[in-house]
Amino acid sequence: MKITDTFRYAGDAATGAPLRTGLLILAMSIGVAAVVILTALGDGARRYVVGEFSAIGSNLIIVLPGRSETRGFNPANIITSTPRDLTLEDANALLRLPQVQRISPILIATTEINAAGKLRETMLLGTNDEFIRVRQLKMGLGRFLSKDEVGYGSAEVVLGALIRREIFGAENPLGKTVRVGDRRLRVVGVLSEGGRGMGMTTDELVIVPVATAQAMLNTNTLFRIMVEARSREQIGEVKARVLKMITQRHEGEEDVTVITQDAVLQTFDKILNVLTLGVAGIAAISLAVAGILVMNVMLVSVTQRTGEIGLLKALGATSAAVRQLFMVEAVLLSLSGAIVGVGLGYLGAAFLRYLYPAFPAYPPLWAVLAGLGTALVSGLVFGVMPARRAAELDPIQALSKR
Amino acid sequence: MPDESLIQLNDINRTFTLGDSQVHALRHVDLTITRGEYIAVMGPSGSGKSTLLNLVGLLDRADAGTYKLEGRDVTTLNSDEQARVRSERIGFIFQSFHLVPRLTAAANIELPLTLAGMPASERAKRVSQALKEYGLTDRAQHRPNELSGGQRQRVAIARATILRPAVLLADEPTGNLDRVTGEEVVRLLESLNAQGMTLIVVTHDQALGARARRQIRMEDGGVVSDVTNTPNPAAT
Repeated sequence: MKITDTFRYAGDAATGAPLRTGLLILAMSIGVAAVVILTALGDGARRYVVGEFSAIGSNLIIVLPGRSETRGFNPANIITSTPRDLTLEDANALLRLPQVQRISPILIATTEINAAGKLRETMLLGTNDEFIRVRQLKMGLGRFLSKDEVGYGSAEVVLGALIRREIFGAENPLGKTVRVGDRRLRVVGVLSEGGRGMGMTTDELVIVPVATAQAMLNTNTLFRIMVEARSREQIGEVKARVLKMITQRHEGEEDVTVITQDAVLQTFDKILNVLTLGVAGIAAISLAVAGILVMNVMLVSVTQRTGEIGLLKALGATSAAVRQLFMVEAVLLSLSGAIVGVGLGYLGAAFLRYLYPAFPAYPPLWAVLAGLGTALVSGLVFGVMPARRAAELDPIQALSKR
Repeated sequence: MPDESLIQLNDINRTFTLGDSQVHALRHVDLTITRGEYIAVMGPSGSGKSTLLNLVGLLDRADAGTYKLEGRDVTTLNSDEQARVRSERIGFIFQSFHLVPRLTAAANIELPLTLAGMPASERAKRVSQALKEYGLTDRAQHRPNELSGGQRQRVAIARATILRPAVLLADEPTGNLDRVTGEEVVRLLESLNAQGMTLIVVTHDQALGARARRQIRMEDGGVVSDVTNTPNPAAT
């Protein structure tokens, strides 16, 4: 029997029992769709987190005050154990390292902004002129903070897009004065919309020079120092040297934590990949269930079609041909179920993206291929037994039925 | 004489085991059938006539004895080779027609050609030829449940004969048909026989059996009488 005829006959057999075929395709497609949607979720989570982390800049090293890990007993801890604050001087000292491209000190506080008779609670960010390049943000209007050579801080402010809209509406805010906390500051620029990173949007920020912020908050500490290395290869070296320099400046005590964006990225990437795999594994269970259903349905089909099988044998079909017919039918059923499932999965993922536009729920290609492959293999594996049973059927008994 | 004999059964035995007891469906059957014969096999239920038919049709194997089809010993063939012989040399007609319900009349007739691996264009030609011969052209695209009993059996006969087999085996071909359509079907079979096809009919029906030139009566697994009538032109 020709292979095309085998496929046509098996296809006719499948479409000849629409309810049975439909239900089976439904079961198989649910399994495959589960794999596709769940991996889209897992991979979407990974992309989201990685995206958030990449959005804060590139080749970044972040210095945080305080140690987040213990490293055994240190005699210095007996005498002094309070971590020193990170200061602007620490930040500026780091600029002397040759591998450092730029740095950006960061100070964060909540404050309120008041202008044109409107008052709004907002997030205050004190930083320097390099921040816009370190964080790779874009200006919507005007310019960013100017370079503060002297370090006294100027009375400038850059607004986030949302703050600008809520306070000034369509009006041009450049050159206008706003009151932030107890200071009057001149608006020099507005950030373009949609800047984000680490789950924080820049749309609601009010950015002022770091010295100004320190004066407003009456403090000399920093929240973070962001250091950008000249290249990706130098990140490790910069990390070590930054740590060494700050330790030196802090009287030999290692009281800061230095994390690299790369390491964090990789860790999240790894964790979330494993999560995606795990989720895919759980979804694969439903595929296995669908496979068993294929076997069950095919066994019932063999029993129902004994007369037909007997007839095929009487008409000269070899056992191999009969086996092939039933195998092909099982594979066709599971494969069409899988294709419908992939379609459903993509639809479901698209629906997720429609519901949560920020969440990149795209099914990874490997998961789609694995879903299709598993469906095909389960069709083959679970089709063997029914097909063999059909092939071994005694034609006389098969024909005498009915 | 050996050239002429189509089927030669020598000392055929077939025993079934049903639970603890042994049933001798066929015992020591010797039979020689020549090309072009018209044979009716008759006898009560359980006399072994269906087993004989299955054996001749290579659906069953004998426990002992030899079966030569066209001079070739087919008892020793493996199942794939037997399937090939069934495909090429033997046509079956059943009491319950055994049409595949989801396939059209044309597709049912095409089935043996498909199974034999014939190219589609050649198949189409042969099927339309067969449809014309059996007066089924206007019913070609109907499914079996849309056909009358007589039409169904005509489709089955067309299917059985499309590969021009040497022998046509019919098991109660009129059993599910009324008198008139049964008569039509028998005439159709007889006309095929007149064209030279060997016809073996298993039946309970005395009237049907009487029309055959050679009548074999079986009882309890053995042939009890084997009568060849002198050709009677009035019968056909």
